[in-house]
Amino acid sequence: MTLKEIVKILGCQVVVGKETLDTEVRAGCGCDLMSDVLAFIKPDALLLTGLNNPQAVRTAEISEIKVICFVRGKQPSEAMIALAREKEIAILTTSLPMFEACGRLFKNGLIGCSEYDE
Amino acid sequence: MVDEKEITKVQELVYELKVGQVMVKDVITVTPHNLMSELRDLLRDKRISGVPVVDKGRLVGLVSIEDFIKCLTDGKMGSPVEERMNRNVKTLYDNEPLVHAVKEFDRMGYGRFPVVDRESGKLMGIITKGDIIRGLLKKMEIDYQEEEIHRYRASHFFEDIVADKTTLIFQYNVIGKDFDRAGETSSGLKKTLRRMGISPKAIRRLAIATYEAEMNIVVFTDGGEITARVTPQEVRVEVVDSGPGIPDIKKAMEPGFSTAPDWIRELGFGAGMGLANIRKCADAMHLESTVGKGTRLEITVYLNEKEKHGSGNDS
Repeated sequence: MTLKEIVKILGCQVVVGKETLDTEVRAGCGCDLMSDVLAFIKPDALLLTGLNNPQAVRTAEISEIKVICFVRGKQPSEAMIALAREKEIAILTTSLPMFEACGRLFKNGLIGCSEYDE
Repeated sequence: MVDEKEITKVQELVYELKVGQVMVKDVITVTPHNLMSELRDLLRDKRISGVPVVDKGRLVGLVSIEDFIKCLTDGKMGSPVEERMNRNVKTLYDNEPLVHAVKEFDRMGYGRFPVVDRESGKLMGIITKGDIIRGLLKKMEIDYQEEEIHRYRASHFFEDIVADKTTLIFQYNVIGKDFDRAGETSSGLKKTLRRMGISPKAIRRLAIATYEAEMNIVVFTDGGEITARVTPQEVRVEVVDSGPGIPDIKKAMEPGFSTAPDWIRELGFGAGMGLANIRKCADAMHLESTVGKGTRLEITVYLNEKEKHGSGNDS
């Protein structure tokens, strides 16, 4: 699934990465616990999270995630935006709550990380 | 709003490059005393649309194909160039940044600008939009090649070293309780290892393990040190702090066991998965701790694919 499709399905605002909307996302992971993200997420997956702090961006960088989508309308800070831009990580925001955001993507065919074989 | 702040490589280069670096230096010129009729062969043979007029090295005017056609219709081909040329020539200086040239091309709509020396007014060259594009492409190619050479050198570092045993050591200081900067060490180490051409899978495991360890230093101590020792066979990351220490290592290793305060949990950590994660990523893990003195953790990832990896032994 491309970033463009995700933006459409979740009605996202693109905060960082307008030029990377053709990026292919292979799986999704919805999680607020960064240690769990580090333990289970696969490279090139989409991270949906309600955790709105710089560690979300750091965790994405360390685990090779190219896209973060903040749920429930959370807006990332300037520091997070700067960090994401430096690390070339796209940031989206959606007003949908976590469960609904995940559900819509799953219904449209985006698989979970446990189903995705590297 | 975000896009305006983005600076592309080309934007960077138009500020870095000078007009003199991309202009054509070998300029065809005429003198004020040349006749307009002599221009015909010049414009046709050289396929150019305008010629700077130079008197004793100084630029005095510009005569273009339009001037030539006008002269032809007026039937004044016998007149000297100085009578038909444009004396009010907009020029650029050879030492001004290319971005000024780009702006002038946009503003004036001209096809070319003569380039003169700022002090003497001497003609140094001529510049067209094509020259700007060629200059930028060439510079980008050079930069790209340099980058490639750097990468190649770094990734073949071990091959070029003559020694019986080689170990590279990278050391990082981690500041305690500084959540905004937490992760910088792991990020820096990751970048460094990538430069060295180490396999992406090994880097990923090392980065995750180091990040968890770094978070432990930030959360529980006032600071510590992370040292990575890289050999052709393995990367060993040593994490040392002088924090409170771990009373029961066996218990601390259990997934889900946590002593993290609530504010850490609010930041997305402290779920008791850190050490378990590190063990999962490492080929070997060694943890020792003394309450009141500090903790020392050693994480090893083998670089040889044949060595077993994942769910390391702890000792």
